[in-house]
Amino acid sequence: MTINEIKQLLDAEVICGDNLEREVLSACGSDMMSDVLAYVKDQAALLTGLVNAQVIRTAEMMDMIAVVFVRSKKPGQDIIELARESGMVVLATPKRMYEACGILYSNGLKGNGEINE
Amino acid sequence: MSDELTFHFDVDGENFTSAGHASVKVKKILRELGLDPETIRKVSIAMYEGEINMVIHAGGGEADVSVDDKGVTIVLKDSGPGIEDIDKAMEEGFSTAHDNIRSLGFGAGMGLPNMKRYSDEMNIESTVGEGTTITMKVYY
Repeated sequence: MTINEIKQLLDAEVICGDNLEREVLSACGSDMMSDVLAYVKDQAALLTGLVNAQVIRTAEMMDMIAVVFVRSKKPGQDIIELARESGMVVLATPKRMYEACGILYSNGLKGNGEINE
Repeated sequence: MSDELTFHFDVDGENFTSAGHASVKVKKILRELGLDPETIRKVSIAMYEGEINMVIHAGGGEADVSVDDKGVTIVLKDSGPGIEDIDKAMEEGFSTAHDNIRSLGFGAGMGLPNMKRYSDEMNIESTVGEGTTITMKVYY
């Protein structure tokens, strides 16, 4: 699934980033960044209701390629700047976490599922 | 790479927003050195969790990273309160962080377990009231 497909499926707005044709292979939905850091998969997207700089840094450490803020939460300029520096695509969707994850999952984007032991 | 390369960072304990700054820098340096992506990811995540811990619990500290022909070594040193029960602290889900930290996305009791998960060797030296030094090694 491409980032552009995620955007369309979630009626999302692009906050920053322009490479929307990149392929997303897995996704993770959480407000706890350490739970996100426990899982590793390539080319992943992060869905979260948490809005702070650590969301972008966590995604960057995990080599994630997109962050989706749920419930129309809009990041501040400092967060957008961090995302730009790391080449991350940031989206904002009006949908709630459960719904957003469900839509992506049922359209073929499966979860991480693997713990790096 | 026969010579050892070393990098030093001061971790500011006052500002949660800037926590992770050193880890981002290290990730960039390791990329420039051409290390493999898996090693870079393991080092970055282990160091990032450690850096967050230093900011949350210890009011900051120092990070030293060295790169040699076998792997990457990260030493995180703080003068914080120390860890009372290291075995307990290593359990997933055990946390002494305050609720306000949880609202920032951390303090779920996953920091130390994640640091162990991503490093090949981890050693914790801690004295209550004096501070903690954590050494992590990631081999190629």
